Amino acid sequence: MDQPLHEPGLALHVEDLTVAYQGKPVLWDIDLDVPPGVMAAIVGPNGAGKSTLIKAVLGLVKPAAGHVTLFGRPYKQQRRRVGYVPQRSTVDWDFPTTALDVVTMGLYGHLGWLRRPGRRERAEAMEALAMVGMQDFAGRQISQLSGGQQQRVFLARALVQQADVYFLDEPMAGVDATTERAIVAILRRLRDQGKTLIVVHHDLQTVRSYFDWLVLLNVRVVAQGTVGDVYTAKNLRQAYGGQIALLEREAFLADEGGGAGAAAEDKDGDGQGRGAAVLPLDGRR
Amino acid sequence: MLAFLGDYTIQNVAIGAALLGIISGVLGCFAVLRKQSLLGDTLSHAALPGVCLGFIVAGARDLGAILTGALATGALAALVVLALTRNSRLKTDAALGIALSLFFAVGIVLLTYIQRLGNAAQGGLDSFLFGQAAAILRGDLWVMGGITLVAVALVAALWKELKLVTFDPVFAASLGLPVLALEVVLTVMIALAVVVGLQMVGVVLMAAMVIAPAVAARQWTGRLESMVVLSALIGMAAGVFGALVSALNRGLATGPLIVLAVSALVLVSLLVAPGRGLLWEAVRHRRAARNLKSQQVLTTLYRLAAHHGAAGYRSEQGSLDTYHGLHTRRALARLAARGLVAPVRHMPQEAVHWRLTPAGVAEAERVLGRLDEERA
Repeated sequence: MDQPLHEPGLALHVEDLTVAYQGKPVLWDIDLDVPPGVMAAIVGPNGAGKSTLIKAVLGLVKPAAGHVTLFGRPYKQQRRRVGYVPQRSTVDWDFPTTALDVVTMGLYGHLGWLRRPGRRERAEAMEALAMVGMQDFAGRQISQLSGGQQQRVFLARALVQQADVYFLDEPMAGVDATTERAIVAILRRLRDQGKTLIVVHHDLQTVRSYFDWLVLLNVRVVAQGTVGDVYTAKNLRQAYGGQIALLEREAFLADEGGGAGAAAEDKDGDGQGRGAAVLPLDGRR
Repeated sequence: MLAFLGDYTIQNVAIGAALLGIISGVLGCFAVLRKQSLLGDTLSHAALPGVCLGFIVAGARDLGAILTGALATGALAALVVLALTRNSRLKTDAALGIALSLFFAVGIVLLTYIQRLGNAAQGGLDSFLFGQAAAILRGDLWVMGGITLVAVALVAALWKELKLVTFDPVFAASLGLPVLALEVVLTVMIALAVVVGLQMVGVVLMAAMVIAPAVAARQWTGRLESMVVLSALIGMAAGVFGALVSALNRGLATGPLIVLAVSALVLVSLLVAPGRGLLWEAVRHRRAARNLKSQQVLTTLYRLAAHHGAAGYRSEQGSLDTYHGLHTRRALARLAARGLVAPVRHMPQEAVHWRLTPAGVAEAERVLGRLDEERA
């Protein structure tokens, strides 16, 4: 603990990170900084290494090179300050347990060995369930929950960790519109409390309305910064490469739809109008 | 009956079977939930070369040496599986299959080698293939009991960690739990369960003791806590039953009898367990099909009444049959039983007519209203 802090002002600092699966690089020479208090999206095409990036940060896959710090310290010393929501599909939801029990699992790290979750832990878990609107499903067997409800349970399990940085892997994948809105509302509330959220996101259309920080990833970091600066057609084209035809239409539509709403969205008054990105598309048309 | 219970051999057999049921039932839950049912199979088959090596080293049928050997080769097989899945592109099932057949083949070769030596003491060695309950001694029980106690205590102490590693190993790792070490602990404990079951069930069918009680227990409960307890009870019941039948009819192999008993419990559980049983599924399906038909007949009556502009309009059963293309008698009877329709006779000589009761009108409107909502 006596070591000097490395980049303590950054919620997440990644330097020269390289991860390879069976000799093939999945992430190559990643340099990445996320300031505290933002809601950051990690966006990129399939196979860009989005989930791997999170896993490497959390020490779940072993990097070939590079290092990661959270608020100036390596992850191993900062576990208590990190919450994690894995992809919903990574577990078997037919496991014999209840929603409340799954949420309680978020506290196992705080409890330490041998100690059992007791009344206090259950109360905390109930509180987290209530925050995601699932308090009525506490005793429900998890296989009987819908996909969206399962996702909320996973989110509650991370909330109960009372972390400063949250990593979420595709929390909006395969959930209905209502759940997606509910999840975004919860994430925004966390950000407003000063927490940092780092979210792997798959839907380009909603990036500008949901997030204020953006990392475009395709094995390397294509661009990073405020959404306004990074969400440009040039960057997107660079990140998505071959899928460009599809993408330009999306970017264009997003621009049309986002332009009017952007000023209204900019409630936090940080001046980052989300519609500020000037797409060079118009010039060519 | 008392004489039967007082019989020394019978007591030994019953206690041994109960211990086996507890340890394999408890650990089987974790193996099954981690989708590693076949790990038990591989570990038990891999115990055979250890049994033979223990015999060769000790020069006699010494249980301590034999069980130590079984544990050692079982653990070695588990290591082989781990190394294959981590360092090659083989998936777990293929690695398990390879380790199983390799170790079992070595075991059989060693077994036949020992038999050719003509050592008089080798007599009982092939009982490890299918188990022989009557051969269990009081001293063996202490070993089995000790192992079971250690395993159960370990599961109790590491309960929440084992649960989390079984449910969501990735999240467990993010919390800093030593996932690999916990998986090794689970694997070693399953190897211990196999060792406990060797004399009783034998290496060939030991896998059933790991898988079957857990599968049966899962059908009845939605909590890991109760699943583990229930699984231990089911394992005990099947073990005691099979071992007793075997001990009372000397010569009948114990392993197969226990497996038959536990399989019967699995079958019953798969069929009738509330909520998850296949029979309940069938009942639910039938009920839903019937409900649908009743609803259709009810709404047909409603529309006929609406068409004729009279809520009390009497529809003839024949026209309802024709409209639906099948007999509506039963559906009408069910609706009548719920007080939604009532039979009326237009004229004495005519066939039965049906009209909606006020409750039936309300119900039909509710059903149709819901349809409209869904369409909107």
